[in-house]
Amino acid sequence: MPNKTDKKEVLVKVKRQSAPKVSPHWEEFRLQWRPYMNVIICLRDISENPVTSDGRPTTPVSYDSNCLEEVCGSCAMLINGKARMACSALVDQLDQPIRIEPLTKFPVVRDLSVDRQFMFESLKRVKAWIPIDGTYDLGEGPRVPPEIQEKGYPLSRCITCGNCLEVCPQVNEHNPFMGAAIFSQVRLFNMHPTGKMHAKERIAAAMGNGGIEDCANAQNCVVACPKGIPLTESLAEINREAWKQSLFGWLAG
Amino acid sequence: MRQPKIIVVGGGLAGLMATIRVAEAGVPVDLFSIVPVKRSHSVCAQGGINAAKNQKGEGDSIAKHFDDTIYGGDFLANQPLVKRMCEAAPGIIDLLDRMGVMFNRTPEGLLDYRRFGGTLYHRTAFAGATTGQQLLYALDEQVRRHESEGKVQKYEGATFLSAVIDDSGVCRGICSMDLRSMEVTTHAADAVIFATGGIGAIFGRSTNSVVCTGSAQSALFQQGVDYANGEFIQVHPTAIPGEDKLRLMSESARGEGGRVWVPKNPNDQRPPRTIPEGERFYFLEEWYPKYGNLVPRDIATRAIHRIVYQEHLGLHGKAAVYLDVTHIPRETLDRKLEGILEIYEKFLGVDPHVEPMQVFPAMHYTMGGIWINGQDQATSVPGIYAAGECEYQYHGANRLGANSLVSCIFGGGLAGPAAVKYAANLQTGTEAVSSTVFENEKKRQQEKNQMLISNQGSENPITIWRELGDIMTEHVTVTRINKNLELADSKIRDLQARYHKINLSDRTKWSNQTLNFARELENMLVLARVVTLGALQRNESRGAHYKPDFPERDDANWLKTTRARFSDGEIQLTYEPVDISQIPPRPRRYDAAK
Ligand SMILES: Cc1cc2nc3c(=O)[nH]c(=O)nc-3n(C[C@H](O)[C@H](O)[C@H](O)COP(=O)(O)OP(=O)(O)OC[C@H]3O[C@@H](n4cnc5c(N)ncnc54)[C@H](O)[C@@H]3O)c2cc1C
Ligand code: SF4
Ligand code: FES
Repeated sequence: MPNKTDKKEVLVKVKRQSAPKVSPHWEEFRLQWRPYMNVIICLRDISENPVTSDGRPTTPVSYDSNCLEEVCGSCAMLINGKARMACSALVDQLDQPIRIEPLTKFPVVRDLSVDRQFMFESLKRVKAWIPIDGTYDLGEGPRVPPEIQEKGYPLSRCITCGNCLEVCPQVNEHNPFMGAAIFSQVRLFNMHPTGKMHAKERIAAAMGNGGIEDCANAQNCVVACPKGIPLTESLAEINREAWKQSLFGWLAG
Repeated sequence: MRQPKIIVVGGGLAGLMATIRVAEAGVPVDLFSIVPVKRSHSVCAQGGINAAKNQKGEGDSIAKHFDDTIYGGDFLANQPLVKRMCEAAPGIIDLLDRMGVMFNRTPEGLLDYRRFGGTLYHRTAFAGATTGQQLLYALDEQVRRHESEGKVQKYEGATFLSAVIDDSGVCRGICSMDLRSMEVTTHAADAVIFATGGIGAIFGRSTNSVVCTGSAQSALFQQGVDYANGEFIQVHPTAIPGEDKLRLMSESARGEGGRVWVPKNPNDQRPPRTIPEGERFYFLEEWYPKYGNLVPRDIATRAIHRIVYQEHLGLHGKAAVYLDVTHIPRETLDRKLEGILEIYEKFLGVDPHVEPMQVFPAMHYTMGGIWINGQDQATSVPGIYAAGECEYQYHGANRLGANSLVSCIFGGGLAGPAAVKYAANLQTGTEAVSSTVFENEKKRQQEKNQMLISNQGSENPITIWRELGDIMTEHVTVTRINKNLELADSKIRDLQARYHKINLSDRTKWSNQTLNFARELENMLVLARVVTLGALQRNESRGAHYKPDFPERDDANWLKTTRARFSDGEIQLTYEPVDISQIPPRPRRYDAAK
C-alpha cells in the first residue's frame, strides 16, 4: 500500500500509437489522486489536460468505453500487463506506475482502441442465435427447467471483451483460433430447447480452421474472464461434442 | 416496383427491434451506431421488463398495467398508445422468450416475475440482475442472423451528424462520420428511424452510458424535428456516487425486499449492522405505508432529498442513505441480484451482503424526447421516425421501473413496419432526389469539422461539458426554482458563447475522439436549453417535475404536452392537449391505496 503522501499523485504510463501502422511509444503522466479512481478516470484526466509528466503537450489518449460498469465489454486493455476492463480497474489496487497498453491480439486502431470485429464474425460463423420463425405472435417459448437456466445464464453474460482471446496462446497471427468466448456461446445455444434443434450445425461450424480442435487447454481464459464464465467447462463440452460428431457424423445423438 | 431502403440510427433495444422488423419485411436496412450495437447502453438495464401476465395469480391484468403506467406518469402520457403497449407487452415477453433469453424460471419452468416500483403486482420478468444485457443480446443475435443473410448492413463506429432534408422538407437520408477515418459521407434512404437513446451526458454524471449524449436528437431538433416534454427528467433514488458515473443500484434491490433507512440519530457512529431496529428510521415505509420502499422513483428521490437536506439525517452528515439487503438470505441475493451487488462490491470494494449500501439519487432517464405522433412513431418531419428512450410517448411525467425496455421494443416494433409502409407509398423515392441536396449537407458538415479543427481559441471542450453538467444537476433535476432555472439558462448561453472559442487538443485526422466530442457538445448545449426552458415555463409540480413554489399538479393550466420547436435559431415552446380519452385524471397519491 502506498503511503498517504504518495497517494496525492498517480503515475500512469500509456503506450501510444497514433494510427494502425505507426510504431508505438510510451508517454508518462502525473495525475492527481482521488478516492475510488479507476483507469477510465485517469484517461479522462489526461484528455482534459494532455500534458506529459515532463511538461510536453500531447494529444488525448484514444480508448473505447461506454457503460463504465463492466457490462458493455468496450474497455478491455492491458493494465500492468494484465488483460482486464479499465472501468473496473481501481487505481488503489494497482502498483504504480500504472502501465496501460492496448490488447495485442487485435489490430490497434489508435492508442488503446482496438478492432474486435473478428469476434463478431466468429459469432456469425457459429450461428450464435436461436433461429426463430419470425417476430409475429407465436405464443410462449418452450418451458425451460430452472437448472438449464441456471447453467445458461452465466454463459449469456459474456460481454465479448476479448480478454479470453488475449491470454490464449493459441490465438496468434498465424492461427485464426476463434477463442473460448465463441465456443462458450455455442454451448449456450445448444443447451436451449429450441437452439438444440440446430446443435449439429453449430458444432460443425465450431470445427475446422480456427476451430475447437486447436484448443491446447492452457486454461488462461477462465482466469482472465471478468464475468467468471466457466470457460474450461464450455471448451471441454464442445470438444466432446465435436469429437462425437466427427467420429459418428451427423447421426451421433 | 421500386425497392425502398431504410436506415436505422441506433442499435439499442429499440433500434435492433426496428431493424429486425424491417428486415423481416424484406426491405434492406442500413444500421448505424457509434458503438458496436452489442455494446449499446441497453446492456445496463438491470431490473427487468414489465408485462401483465398474471402468472402469480394476483389478479393482475393489462388494464391494471395500463392504469399503473398512466397514474405513475401523473396523467401526462397520451393514453391510446400506452394502452397498446400494455396490450402488446405479454406478446413481447413471449417473443423474447422464444429468442432464448435466459429469464429466471419457476420450478415449473415458467417465467418468474418480481415486483417493481409503482405497482402492487409481480409483473416484472427478469434475467438475474442483467435483464437489459440479456434482452439486447437476444435482439443482437437476431440482427446478426439477418446480417449474415445479407439483409442488414451495419455501420458500427459511425456517428450520425445530420439528416439530409430536401427542399420540400422531406428526409431523404443521413449524413454520418466514420469515427476512424473521420470521413463525412451521406447515405440515401426513403425513411430513417432514430433510436439513439438517452441524454444523460448533458447532466455530466448520470446512470447512463458514455454515448448517451442526446446529440442526435439535438441535431434533428435543430433541423426542424420537434422535441416534446424535455423538462421531464427522471432522477433515480438509489445510485452509487462516483466521479465518472453514478452507478445504478436497481429498484430490484427493493423489489426483492431491500429497505431504505437512516439512523434516527444523525451522529450515530456505530457500524450500521449494530444499530438496533428501534433506532433506525425506515422513512419510506413510515411515510408511504401502502407502497413502502416501492413508491415510484420521483417520490423516493424527493423523500431522500428531504431526509438529507431538510431533516439533516444523511449518513455521517453526507448526502447518502442506506439501502439494506443484508437481511435477505444470501441464496436469494445470489440468485436474483448477483449482477448488481457485484457492481457495488467491484467499484467500492465493500460487500453489500454484510454491509448496507450507501446510495443517493442520480439523473437516470428522460421521459421527454423527439415528438412522435400517437399512431406509428412518425416525427414532425416526413420520413423520420423515432423509437426508444429518444422519443417521448410512453411515460408521461414519470416512468415506472421496467417499463422502458418494453416501450423500446414496442416502439421499435411499430416504427419498422411504419417506415416500410411510408417508404413503399412514396411517389418519388430518394433516388429521384438531386445529388446537390446530399452534396450541400455533406459540405455543411465538413465545414463544421474544419472550423473546429482549425479554431485557435482557449476553451477546452471537457471543461465546458463539466460546467454544463454541474449547472444542470444543481438546478434542473429534483427541485426546480424559477429564479435558478433562469440563471441556468443564462449560464448555458454563456457556455455556448465560450464554445465558439474552443481549442481542440487534437487536430489529427484519424480516430479523433476529441473532435467528435466537441461536435456532440455543441448539440448537448442546445438540448440542455430545451430541458431548462421547458422546466422554467411549467409552473406546476407533476411527476418528476417538482417546483416548491408551485407544489400542486395543475390540470386546468398544465395538463399539456410541451412541444419545442427550433425556428430562426430560437427555441420556441408550444403546448398541445394530452389524450386522456381512456382514464380520467385523478390525484396521484402513494401514501394510500389509489
Ligand atoms: C443503469 C440503468 C438501468 C436501467 N434498468 C432498466 C430496467 O431494469 N428496466 C427498464 O425497463 N429500463 C431500464 N433502464 C432504462 C433503459 O435501459 C433504457 O431506457 C433503454 O435501454 C434505452 O434503449 P434504447 O434502445 O432507446 O437506446 P440505447 O440502448 O441507449 O441505444 C442507443 C443506440 O444509439 C446509438 N447512438 C446514439 N447516438 C448516436 C449517433 N449520434 N450516431 C449513431 N448512433 C448513435 C448508440 O450507439 C446505441 O446503439 C435502465 C437504464 C439505466 C441507465
Ligand atoms: S468469455 Fe469472458 S473473457 Fe471471453 S469475451 Fe466473454 S466475457 Fe470476455
Ligand atoms: S466501459 Fe463497458 S465494460 Fe468498461
